[in-house]
Amino acid sequence: MNFDFADESPKLMMLLWGLVAFVAVVGGLLLLLDVVPSWFARRREAQLIAASASGAPLPRRTKPREGLFALFFLLPTVLLLIVGLVVPAIRTTLLSFMDGNSQNWVGLDNYVWMFTENSIVRVLLNTLVWVLLVPLVATAIGLLYAVMVDRARFEALAKSLIFMPMAISFVGASIIWKFVYAYRGDEQEQIGLLNQIVVSLGGEPKQWLLDSPLNTLLLIVIMVWIQAGFAMVVLSAAIKAIPADIVEAARLDGVSPWQMFWQITLPSIRPALIVVVVTLSIATLKVFDIVRTSTNGNYDTSVIANEMYNQAFRYGQNGQGSALAVFLFVLVIPIVIYQIRNLRQQREG
Amino acid sequence: MTTTTPTLATGTQATDQPKTRVARVRKRLNSRTATLVSIVIALVWTIPTFGLFISSFRPEDQIKTTGWWTFFTNPQFTLENYQEVLFGRSSSSGQLASYFINSLAITIPSVLFPLAFAALAAYALAWINFRGRDWVYIAIFAMQIVPLQMALVPLLSFFSNGVTLAGVTLLPAWDLDGAQKFAQVWFAHTCFALPFAVFLLHNFISQLPRDLMEAARVDGATHPKIFRTIVLPLITPALAAFGIFQFLWVWNDLLVALIFAGGGDETAPLTVRLAELAGTRGNEWQRLTAGAFVSIVVPLLVFLSLQRYFVRGLLAGSVKG
Repeated sequence: MNFDFADESPKLMMLLWGLVAFVAVVGGLLLLLDVVPSWFARRREAQLIAASASGAPLPRRTKPREGLFALFFLLPTVLLLIVGLVVPAIRTTLLSFMDGNSQNWVGLDNYVWMFTENSIVRVLLNTLVWVLLVPLVATAIGLLYAVMVDRARFEALAKSLIFMPMAISFVGASIIWKFVYAYRGDEQEQIGLLNQIVVSLGGEPKQWLLDSPLNTLLLIVIMVWIQAGFAMVVLSAAIKAIPADIVEAARLDGVSPWQMFWQITLPSIRPALIVVVVTLSIATLKVFDIVRTSTNGNYDTSVIANEMYNQAFRYGQNGQGSALAVFLFVLVIPIVIYQIRNLRQQREG
Repeated sequence: MTTTTPTLATGTQATDQPKTRVARVRKRLNSRTATLVSIVIALVWTIPTFGLFISSFRPEDQIKTTGWWTFFTNPQFTLENYQEVLFGRSSSSGQLASYFINSLAITIPSVLFPLAFAALAAYALAWINFRGRDWVYIAIFAMQIVPLQMALVPLLSFFSNGVTLAGVTLLPAWDLDGAQKFAQVWFAHTCFALPFAVFLLHNFISQLPRDLMEAARVDGATHPKIFRTIVLPLITPALAAFGIFQFLWVWNDLLVALIFAGGGDETAPLTVRLAELAGTRGNEWQRLTAGAFVSIVVPLLVFLSLQRYFVRGLLAGSVKG
């Protein structure tokens, strides 16, 4: 019990430096943009006065330098994006054609490895299961819930409950669910909720996370648990945006809730539905924390992002890690193209 | 959870014209089923967290031998888990107080930098006329889809080896150690956040009334002046929305911290430490439960108090496209 505050002071100093740097960079930039133009303006004023006093021809009026302003406003963002994202992404693509130490070109070897090595094929299949299930189930639950609590008495509270997991880290959520899946031997009392339920129904307790392929599904539950709130909030807003007169007209026609849902609600919120599914698909493709915290990718649960981390940062296989990253990127592209196409249709339609 | 779907189906399918008495009864049953199903979902979504929360206050021997639900029949309460996990100094205890400070030191600048840079960029892209403006915007917008995995390996080598091209050192290595490594994490988080931040803030800034901007221009206000005195106050809700987003993202992030902050108690944030505890001491539930709550409490408070802004940002970021 001797937490020493002195140990923490370098961190707080560093934080202070960070804040000073922030103020200096942002404030300095704004100041620069303020001072320099007004300096030019004053100089021009002086020139005009001098010119009119001496009777010389007035200097031509220069156009305001819009582009220069834009350059400085954009400078930090563009620089950081080039250094931190564009160049690294290009380098990663190149590295994926090189060996583990990034010394020699190996052509497509890393990609061949990816699709032939059994354990990696397993990883790809797992990712596929994730991407198929998470968006579907999370959206379905979110939609169901949004429809059901719509204009209910405790709507705000009910929504907050589902939404809350969004604030919890994937790591925290994984610990929460690991505790639900916890296992104690047959003769002991169970401490995990799931095994307790199984036991009280007369079943045998199981080591849930060791048992493939069930364990992947149980990890998917965690992701669904986190993401359903996102789906619910977006879809709920879309439902509320359906024009009241349409709903009223349908109701006057004596439409049942079931028909209402399929014929009015669902078609009206289609754009929002697509956005939710697309966003969730992309988030799911990159899932890393849940797998790493729950099983560390063991017992056949690994996914691409986890394997990428292992290859590049644990086994020092930069080439294979990069190839996995590139493949992840390639998987994202068709999803995004689909969404852009949809948005364009929407705008035209 | 998935089993709840059929319940609703059978429930609502049976509805006919609500004119007969039977139909009216059915309709009431439907709303009952709907209520029931939503309560079941709400329970599944809260009970796991609740169970962990209760457990974090139970004595170690209790947590390890009995389920948390026995707390209600045999309530025993202790704060020792929190004491141990926060301030304990043995290597097996959490030492989470240290990591908590790391999380703060990582998160605050990682929110401020992208916020400021993206606001500036979004203003330029929305209200300054220059050639190629649309192309710059599209390029930044498109970068949203690049998974950050694509940048990790080269960025780490950039920090540790610098950039050399054909034997010429373009940028030196950063060579940071100890608490200085925070700067790497700030840098990485800032870069990764910018495309989305610019997109989100651009959505808001471009919708400010054109008349307002033109009036200010006619009055002779320069762009920096308009940005500071007109735009910034008007987009405070958007700034708040992105701020919360980024705060939750950075505070909860594991991958970036794992790679750029290193693992020790000098720089690693809570998530890294917790993941480590979950891996190596997966059965020390007295530490894991309390530790998980230490990490959850800050984002939860931020989230609950600022939920309005968060939801608005979520909708603006995802639906408007």
